[in-house]
Amino acid sequence: MTTNTTANAIIGAGTGATRTKGWSPRTESILRVVAPVTLGIIVLAIWQFLVTVGGVSDYLLPSPTSIMAELVAYWPAVVSATVLTGTNSLLGLLVGSLLGIILAAVAARWRIADQMSAPIIAALAVVPIVALAPVLNSMFGADSQFGRQAIAAIASFVPIFINTLRGFRQTRPVHRDLMKAYAASSGQMLRSLTLPTARPFILTGIRIASSLAVISALVAEYFGGPRGGLGSLIATSAASSAYSRAWAYVGASIALGLLFYLATLALERLVLRRVPTGGSR
Amino acid sequence: MTATRNDQRGEVAVRPASSPGAVAKPARTRLLGGFLWGIAGVALIALIWEGYKFFGPDNGVLIGELRVLPRTTDLAMPHLWDMMTRLAEPVTRADGALPLWAVVALASLMTLGIAAAGWAVGVIVGVVFALLMQRWRLAEFGLLPWIVISQTVPLIAFAPIVKSWGSRVEIGSFEWQDWMSVALIASYLAFFPITVGALKGLQSPDRIHVELFDTYAAGYWPTLVRLRLPAAVPYLLPALRLGAANAVIGAVVAEVSTGLQGGIGRLLIQFAGQASGDPSKAWGPIFGAIVLGLVTAGSVALLGIILKDYRRTEEAA
Amino acid sequence: MSDQIPTTTPAADTMTTDVSDAAVAVRGLNKQFQTASGIVHALEGIDLTVEAGEFVSLIGPSGCGKSTLMRLIADLDVPTSGELTVFGKTATQARLDQDYGIAFQQAGLLPWRTVAANVALPLELHGVASAARRTRVADLLEMVGLTEFADRFPDQLSGGMQQRVAIARSLAEQPRLLLMDEPFGALDEMTREKMQTDLVRIAADTGAAVVFVTHSIPEAVFLSDRVVVMSPRPGRISDIIPMRLDAADGREERDDDLREASSFFEMVTEVREALHGGASDAENPAPRAARGVDTR
Repeated sequence: MTTNTTANAIIGAGTGATRTKGWSPRTESILRVVAPVTLGIIVLAIWQFLVTVGGVSDYLLPSPTSIMAELVAYWPAVVSATVLTGTNSLLGLLVGSLLGIILAAVAARWRIADQMSAPIIAALAVVPIVALAPVLNSMFGADSQFGRQAIAAIASFVPIFINTLRGFRQTRPVHRDLMKAYAASSGQMLRSLTLPTARPFILTGIRIASSLAVISALVAEYFGGPRGGLGSLIATSAASSAYSRAWAYVGASIALGLLFYLATLALERLVLRRVPTGGSR
Repeated sequence: MTATRNDQRGEVAVRPASSPGAVAKPARTRLLGGFLWGIAGVALIALIWEGYKFFGPDNGVLIGELRVLPRTTDLAMPHLWDMMTRLAEPVTRADGALPLWAVVALASLMTLGIAAAGWAVGVIVGVVFALLMQRWRLAEFGLLPWIVISQTVPLIAFAPIVKSWGSRVEIGSFEWQDWMSVALIASYLAFFPITVGALKGLQSPDRIHVELFDTYAAGYWPTLVRLRLPAAVPYLLPALRLGAANAVIGAVVAEVSTGLQGGIGRLLIQFAGQASGDPSKAWGPIFGAIVLGLVTAGSVALLGIILKDYRRTEEAA
Repeated sequence: MSDQIPTTTPAADTMTTDVSDAAVAVRGLNKQFQTASGIVHALEGIDLTVEAGEFVSLIGPSGCGKSTLMRLIADLDVPTSGELTVFGKTATQARLDQDYGIAFQQAGLLPWRTVAANVALPLELHGVASAARRTRVADLLEMVGLTEFADRFPDQLSGGMQQRVAIARSLAEQPRLLLMDEPFGALDEMTREKMQTDLVRIAADTGAAVVFVTHSIPEAVFLSDRVVVMSPRPGRISDIIPMRLDAADGREERDDDLREASSFFEMVTEVREALHGGASDAENPAPRAARGVDTR
């Protein structure tokens, strides 16, 4: 029976079990590029049209051109805010990854650790972690970026831990039997079987976590603490009715999230050197 | 999982969590054991908290300028028992003030309602999108890349801007309420994982099953109802859970950034502001947020139990 | 009798019946697939008639197009050129009219439906009233001997039982034609023999014509009225061998004793030699070829 082994990456999920009738492979690969680009251009054009001709108010939707103008005008502030938030996200992602992988290895090795961590992980996975931001600020000092980094770390820890643990459990009985027949030591087993099997899962976890790290670091800024990051600048711009500027900062945070995602995607492809298949959450 | 053959003596570096070891204990004993260990895990965290508070330096541990471990004063790290007793005490010194836990519970209920509304909208929109993309591949080609991208970017950054829409939208007698802005942001976050999960699920039927329905000359709708939707359930449930978690996060964050009164997000900010005089109070809404997340996930899990027949392959895996 | 020369020439149709009476009539059928590495000739110049009530097996090495031929009959693929009719209609019309039942190598049961609900699926899709559905399902499950498993789910059944459910499902609407693509391929030998005996009985009971794809020679011989031997690249019919077994009067009399009859072995030998003659290269499925291979 087929099971849910089809852990397709989100991107790779495009090939359903459709009948063979349809476009030729070439037409299809062209359409895959043309269709989204066309849609993007159409949406952008409608947006610009609505604002300039349709008379949609500035506070609802500033036009793309005015957002671009603000982006250029406030470029130094945008860059420094992006760097600040990006650093917080990166530190959080790194610490969260390390913790996630190490603790998952511990939980995979010792059943007790797994059982003890299970409820905490389950809770962390569904709880709005940003809620911790205010108390972290008071624990580490309101002038410190540490609270935000800690939020990013906790947020990225969860998917990495879950994926890594799952990866460590993917070794198939037949392979374990084989290693056992070779009288492999547990160190050899780890090197030649467990880690290679888990690798795609770990990388998938990091890819998912990269987006979460950026989102959490940014959102944590709404909960107080020092100013200067993208989140606080979006909030202050919106509060002072400078909507185009707020949108410019939103654009920068989208670029930042995309950068993190693409970097981890590239890492994944580089290490696996093939089309990514592991997308298990 | 059934893989238990060769790892009884624990010589294997990794073994499946559900492998019961050499002796297969009855399921109930195992469940109880897991439960007790889980409690032990939570207790361990509590022990670390109090232990560090007792032994750690007042000003925390600093490396250079960077404080890597928190301050241990009662202001920064209240005792756990203080947090608990604070929950039972009245929220303010005013006469007839409700106890803190009741205020937190009421706020959580309000946030839960908003998140649920957002989630419901997200489910409808997400499933409709998935149906469109499953039906017409061109729609999938055009939309899916954007949906994937939007999942990776911090769209929640929009939240402060959405607030500006709220007060000015008025259509006939319908007036845009502030809570609707919050629900809109929640639905926005909820809809992405649901779309992707539903699409994967609708596309998941095996070729053999699709062809079987072809041989029955079954059209689009019978195939959808009898094959694609049931087959989508194992994919849809985790997506719904993820969507629910996102809706809660979205609601809390949106409450903070739009300044909506009455929800848990507002309490988080408000009580954190009072933390210098009443540090334990700030933890009240945090416990509320934790319970909120667990209740939401639990509700979706309940849905999974109702639909258990459609998850048979999942369990066999 | 290993020196016997086949009496039928390839693709010669000696039957004289009107084509529209035939369950399946194929004339000059070609099928090409467009792949990344060029065009693949899956089938070339196929002529074949399957009479109503006749049991015909398609046998040949992998890549000979036997499954493709069956998929064309089922209208799961479209032929590149040639003529194909099912009960005198186009394959598409026959599919829309539900003139055939089909079973694949995998049982293909829906995992969320019970055994009974799986068998009821085609009836449900075609609007059979629920009372009639219940009696029909009960009959079918009795026929395949699974009455007491009606409320189980597929994952609670063995592979053989699942396959029996799939066969019951393919019979649900009393089709005049059964298409079976290696339905016993994944079963162990003992289950397989039992299923073959059951299928012979069921096919005789229902009077349906059967097109049966297999790569097992004894299976083809035991079940069939005629065995169609195919060869690969391009997929062609290289031989059509009528089975002359000792079974007294007709297929329904075939049972396990027949597997040990000398006529059975003679037919097995004949099919094997046709396969070796037809398949020109190393693709020969020749694991048992050691016994009595006389080159012609």
